[in-house]
Amino acid sequence: MTSIDAKIPSGALKDKWTSHKNNINLVNPANKRLIDVIVVGTGLAGGSAAATLAELGYNVKAFAFQDSPRRAHSIAAQGGINAAKNYQGDGDSIYRLFYDTVKGGDYRSREANVYRLAEVSANIIDQCVAQGVPFARDYGGLLDNRSFGGVLVSRTFYAKGQTGQQLLLGAYSAMNRQIGRGKIKMYNRHEMLDVVVIDGKARGIIARDLVTGKVERHSAHAVVVGSGGYGNVFFLSTNAMGSNVSAAWKVHKKGAYFANPCFTQIHPTCIPVAGELQAKLTLMSESLRNDGRIWVPKNMEDVKAIRAGQLKPTQLTEDKRDYYLERRYPAFGNLVPRDVASRAAKERCDAGYGVNQTGQAVYLDFASAIARYGKETAHVQGLDENDQALVTKLGKAVIANKYGNLFQMYEKIVDENPYESPMMIFPAVHYTMGGIWVDYNLMTTIPGLYAIGEANFSDHGANRLGASALMQGLADGYFVLPYTIGDYLSHDIRTGPIPTDHQAFADAEKDVVERLDHLINNKGTKSVDNFHRRLGHIMWEKCGMARNREGLVSAISEIQALRDEFWKDVKVPGGRNEFNEELAKAGRVADYLELGELFAKDALLREESCGGHFREESQSDDGEAKRDDENFKYVAMWEYTGNPADAILHKEDLVYENIELKTRSYK
Amino acid sequence: MNLTLKIWRQQNSNDKGKMVDYQISDVSGDMSFLEMLDVLNEDLITKDDTPVSFDHDCREGICGMCSLQINGEPHGPDKGVTTCQLHMRSFKDGDTIYIEPFRAKAFPIIKDLVVDRSAFDRIQQSGAYVSVNTSGNTQDANNIPVPKEDADMAFDAATCIGCGACVAACKNSSAMLFVSAKVSQFALLPQGKVEGKKRVQDMVAQMDAEGFGNCSNTGACEAECPKGISLENIARMNRELISAKLAVKH
Repeated sequence: MTSIDAKIPSGALKDKWTSHKNNINLVNPANKRLIDVIVVGTGLAGGSAAATLAELGYNVKAFAFQDSPRRAHSIAAQGGINAAKNYQGDGDSIYRLFYDTVKGGDYRSREANVYRLAEVSANIIDQCVAQGVPFARDYGGLLDNRSFGGVLVSRTFYAKGQTGQQLLLGAYSAMNRQIGRGKIKMYNRHEMLDVVVIDGKARGIIARDLVTGKVERHSAHAVVVGSGGYGNVFFLSTNAMGSNVSAAWKVHKKGAYFANPCFTQIHPTCIPVAGELQAKLTLMSESLRNDGRIWVPKNMEDVKAIRAGQLKPTQLTEDKRDYYLERRYPAFGNLVPRDVASRAAKERCDAGYGVNQTGQAVYLDFASAIARYGKETAHVQGLDENDQALVTKLGKAVIANKYGNLFQMYEKIVDENPYESPMMIFPAVHYTMGGIWVDYNLMTTIPGLYAIGEANFSDHGANRLGASALMQGLADGYFVLPYTIGDYLSHDIRTGPIPTDHQAFADAEKDVVERLDHLINNKGTKSVDNFHRRLGHIMWEKCGMARNREGLVSAISEIQALRDEFWKDVKVPGGRNEFNEELAKAGRVADYLELGELFAKDALLREESCGGHFREESQSDDGEAKRDDENFKYVAMWEYTGNPADAILHKEDLVYENIELKTRSYK
Repeated sequence: MNLTLKIWRQQNSNDKGKMVDYQISDVSGDMSFLEMLDVLNEDLITKDDTPVSFDHDCREGICGMCSLQINGEPHGPDKGVTTCQLHMRSFKDGDTIYIEPFRAKAFPIIKDLVVDRSAFDRIQQSGAYVSVNTSGNTQDANNIPVPKEDADMAFDAATCIGCGACVAACKNSSAMLFVSAKVSQFALLPQGKVEGKKRVQDMVAQMDAEGFGNCSNTGACEAECPKGISLENIARMNRELISAKLAVKH
């Protein structure tokens, strides 16, 4: 095992970032024009990085597999973005945001990175407002806040249930300004299929034009991967259909270490699975837990009656309901962190109290919030607070104003009115905390290759708090990477353009083309989706909300067998030199079939429960996660050596100098 | 339920294209429209036929990638939803469903039901931004109070997902609703006012250059918009444009 240098600056925690910025090398404006940077992915991280690097003067080439940068899946983030502004005067501070994030991540993230994230969080809000992002405001015209899970302050800024959309459109507008100026060259409908490493440095990528099928070489002085997470390894997740691990996995195979692949977030409030042919799951924002109360019936006969359609949830009186989060976690109640809420839902459903046909659903109920808001509004307007019908009507209007689009989404999918009857929800795969390992500068173990946003591993430990993904994506792209990349590029001012006729480009292109041809020529009997569904099933059953040794060992061999079968029997219609969605999908699923194995291997190694990673062997008497700091207080970094089974483990020990390690409790 | 699908098939941009009939059975009302097409494609692949290409990504009505003219209506018969949010319970057993791409001169067909909407990007690049660098060294966010009504209206305009349904619904293939939504978002906010006059003129010029038609005043765009973007935005954009053109230059 080699020793890992995360390049964390020395000095006091609160001074690290400032002094680091003051001491790193800069590239002068004239020289920036001589330097090219490739950015893969145009979500909040990639989009904001591309725009900022172009503003600084670098020549940026940005790549998106969608038809426009605006479609990246950050667009679907709903609830909000955290920032330590303390506008509510409720005791928030940079330190508190830092502390909440480290604790929320169950002490498996890097202190210095998280502190920097909290430090720049306030700038994000200033920046977005300056760009014209229409955040929610109160009647005084100032910005409004809401609460999210795992914290005791209101620090979440939002734009109804479409915060990700508004922030991404902000980053997209900043990109558009630079595309208009010619400083960003945008490659839409292009997919990165390999990274090109020359003399140990990342110098370009191989990409496929998804419209013509042409395989292209693109060179640069540095490559930035902001390609998002890999939740779709589970087939069913809240990710977009096209979300994939391929860019991240390709760089891993070229030498970038992959960190904590088993750290996955299973989000507690999603619309339950409806049928075998379902292709994706839909999130109901965590912000709903500000006002929604989660429950199942207390008595089994009521559960049975509900499932049989003989009883409606609204007919159950308060004493017959089990608000299990409020019961188990009185301090945080419905706003416990996501991993805790998900496990608690699983516990009730496993015990037989699930409320839909499959027994895999719990209620999220807005009746008390509607009554509370209705009374308040009636009082403010001087109306009759005892008029039930009026109060309900006024209350529904308040709820509609806060979460209208979410309620509409729910009704469209489930065909039930959530204003009248409680929503049914169940946990679903949502986010991956694991990712490409990066140092403090966001550089991977390949010099000149950077990873930002969900694609990297650094800030959320074993569980991400709500409204922190948007914060991290924009922090990395707007405020961190543009500084740290300059330090590296300052050595490249005399390099000149990187030629694409180098042997490394030819070799990488050859590998890519051979693989595509193999997939086309395989002419097996089963579709790509067939394999993807089966992989997802293994992952969900054995690497999902609860994991154990036996299951993980079996998952590894099942995934290996499925991968062999895939390469022998997958059927990809059409040709390589044309618009061919099945071919694109096949390449992504091939990568998931490798990542899935590493994921299970990582979960098997980590014989502790922490955050979203719950090993059944490691739990307290009351079923809470039991962390093992003595043996597992490290980042597991995997080095690729030709096969996921042979990946070599390296460890970055996590040092806590500013936070005392404690058992995480939300009781 | 069992359905007959009549789907536009076109190999590439040079191909002439034609409607092709498909039968699909055992469709459940709880399936989304795109899941129904997934099932069709799975079946076509099994039969060594070519699957139907269509654009889609988030499948929750926010990315704007999905399109489709379904029985002549962009995003199908339901109001306020995208095609990915449309569920098969909106159809009944024995129905024939016509599935075509969004048709507009400015949206050339790439393959089957997939069209090129990059004209929308180019309109945005012509001025749909506030010229502020992303340094973060701006003023504190609360130094710019915005009346709640203005902020809410700006937000409503900003919820446009750029899908192109407005263009597909319009007999003139006008992009006025799309362009006016962005113009309005900035026109309603103090941050956007500084460059307002230049922005509206540049964006409208680019819209015309892309080959979109003129506003037909029929309101078809608003009726078909999955996000309910209001026609008032078009009126606002016209006001902005006139006042920009009348502005005296010093």
